[in-house]
Amino acid sequence: MADDLKTPLLDELEKGPWPSFVTDIKTLADKSEMAKDLLRQLEKSYEDKRGYWKHGGLVGVMGYGGGVIGRYSALPEEFPGVSHFHTVRVNQPSGWFYTSDALREIIDIWDEHGSGLYNMHGSTGDMVLLGTRTEELEPTFRALTEKGWDLGGSGSDLRTPSNCVGPARCENACFDTMEMAYKITHRYQDELHRPMFNYKYKIKMSGCPNDCTAAIARSDMALIGIWKDDIKVDQAEFAKYLDDGFNVQEFVVDKCPTGCIAVEGKQINIDNSNCVKCMHCINRMPHALSVGDEKGFAINLGAKAPIVEGALFASVIVPFMSIEDYKDEDSYEEFHDLLERIWEFWDEHGTSRERIGEFIERVSLATFLEGIGVEPSPKQVKAPRDNPYIFYEEYYAEEGEG
Amino acid sequence: MATEAKRVTDIGPPHFEKFLHPIIKENYGQWKFHDSLGPGLLSHTGPNGTIYSVRMSSPRLVSSNFLRMVCDLAEKYCDGYFRFTSRNNVEFLLANKDNIDPLVKEINEHGQLVGGTDNSISNIVHTQGWVHCHSSATDASGLVKVVMDELSDYFTEQKLPHKLRIAVACCLNMCGAVHASDIAILGLHRTPPRVDSDTLPNLCEIPTTVASCPNNAIRPTSVEGKTTVKVDEEKCMYCGNCFTVCPAMPLADPLNDGVSIWVGGKISNARTEPMFTKLAIPYLPNNPPRWPEVTDAVKNIVELYAANARPFERVGEWINRIGWERFFDMTGIEFTKYHLDDFRHAGTTYRRSLHNRY
Repeated sequence: MADDLKTPLLDELEKGPWPSFVTDIKTLADKSEMAKDLLRQLEKSYEDKRGYWKHGGLVGVMGYGGGVIGRYSALPEEFPGVSHFHTVRVNQPSGWFYTSDALREIIDIWDEHGSGLYNMHGSTGDMVLLGTRTEELEPTFRALTEKGWDLGGSGSDLRTPSNCVGPARCENACFDTMEMAYKITHRYQDELHRPMFNYKYKIKMSGCPNDCTAAIARSDMALIGIWKDDIKVDQAEFAKYLDDGFNVQEFVVDKCPTGCIAVEGKQINIDNSNCVKCMHCINRMPHALSVGDEKGFAINLGAKAPIVEGALFASVIVPFMSIEDYKDEDSYEEFHDLLERIWEFWDEHGTSRERIGEFIERVSLATFLEGIGVEPSPKQVKAPRDNPYIFYEEYYAEEGEG
Repeated sequence: MATEAKRVTDIGPPHFEKFLHPIIKENYGQWKFHDSLGPGLLSHTGPNGTIYSVRMSSPRLVSSNFLRMVCDLAEKYCDGYFRFTSRNNVEFLLANKDNIDPLVKEINEHGQLVGGTDNSISNIVHTQGWVHCHSSATDASGLVKVVMDELSDYFTEQKLPHKLRIAVACCLNMCGAVHASDIAILGLHRTPPRVDSDTLPNLCEIPTTVASCPNNAIRPTSVEGKTTVKVDEEKCMYCGNCFTVCPAMPLADPLNDGVSIWVGGKISNARTEPMFTKLAIPYLPNNPPRWPEVTDAVKNIVELYAANARPFERVGEWINRIGWERFFDMTGIEFTKYHLDDFRHAGTTYRRSLHNRY
């Protein structure tokens, strides 16, 4: 470790059982001035209880409007190693699957051109290469693209879509989250790299209602897997849960939100017409129960954190859509048409820095649905309106008038 | 002179298929079931075999050396195949079950932990904090470290009623989207932005700055002949949206910035609908390097949940069953006027029934 690095407060974070980011960053301190000055500046933040980063700045790579977050130290003379400390966002592969060969490509590039520090991964899903100088951005980009990697989004653009493991490692996958994320990311390269929206647009894909990517809370467009037909039952496997002493009554039957499960003898009977696909019984008994055959995804729009008008979950716009062949670009036509109508309507009527969820609340769901050409459905609401202030658009006219 | 390769753009990410383990490719879309083999250990089985996943902790903020260690372990035990989870854990993907024990042993020798599956606390999703962000009200990586130090047994063991998900965001922008976690730790500013009228006219657009305020607290004004803005401090709720569009309105205030604690959110549809987190503790001081007030508060809530919730009940489901009045009684957290919502949809949180517990 570098002898001149004195960080008594941060050293307290080297204690305890959870892996320490301080210990890890210190392994770079001898060879990276950036890592060393990052620790020094962070030590000062811990002393003074405040951050010391300036407010960004416009930096990037040629021809792209996003993917790089400018970051400068507010104390560049004291901490010259982090006078520039820009972030480079790199598209993650679908489902965050890697091989060591692939990740070593990234590591070698970032050791040469940046700080050697990362977030694996950022909240949106990208690999976040943390900290480099302005003059290293273009060489970093060139080295990445030579190895087949590209930048993610930032600012008012499409962000890198992200997805759960889906069919790659989960029996609950109701659609091919892996392939769909790949296809969407490739089709909308321009929207991803050149910000031209009102504000950011995040797409997340979860293969079932367990929603392992938190799409319902974190994405402007949440594609969440769902099925329409019956839960598949293997009665012999179900009987084994009973035989093994698993308390099916308390842990499954009593937990069903619509009370649609009954057990008779060693047989489970599900009233599928009342099942709301919550996943609890399937989660508890994966050997016996599985999602149905008529599979697809629901499209929910509008999730976001509180800034500005309050936090929102994404709400149902299209209760069910399916794609014939996820590997075939032509199969996506219905989805792409809808997405492009959504962007067009939001672009035309939304205001600057208005997320799509806030936009829908402002113009009303009815207006929004009409604008994008989607029919109203009881599946889009918890309940119909409870106030009588209805904007009627049809009237009878007296005969002979009008 | 060597000619450089032509500059290419808009190539997108590489196709995922080349990163998939052969067993995953052979069972893609055909998986039958999964089993939990213990904390941090999963197996998934399809018609063409079983893949074993070993889940390892990660600080998320990592170095090249950490990632090289991951690559080395993957090459030694699983032909170089691994992935990261949506909560920033590493998952090694093994074909050979016999490699699990030696891999776990070597992971532990590297000072890392294995766990985070089923009824456990998984890794804490979090934001940049003082490490890399201009608007943070606290540090994120440090908070994660000290909280997980207290709770690491809940990562390496599966002794909770159900899964418990914690998130940290260092300001209200919530890059960590903590608004739907079982327990959320949220940094916040508590004093209005300070307008720097010397630099503001050069750095900021006045109409954009005025429009950025959700409470109409910002008005144009003139100071010594310069057009700038003023803040109606009575109306300011310290959201920081103005600072996002106008760098000349910083909020950082070492004396008053701090941390709030929120509880009861969930994402999944299992049993009950997704829920937002609700305010438990409006303010705890920033007390680095180990934030003892925060770790005590989180540990208190986790331990009460562990002792009192029913099996397969998330924190929010537990609180809804016992009632918020009992939650505040049990935790000893003081209920204050700050717990009463006063923003856009405040009325939806008022009790409009006689369903109270006495």
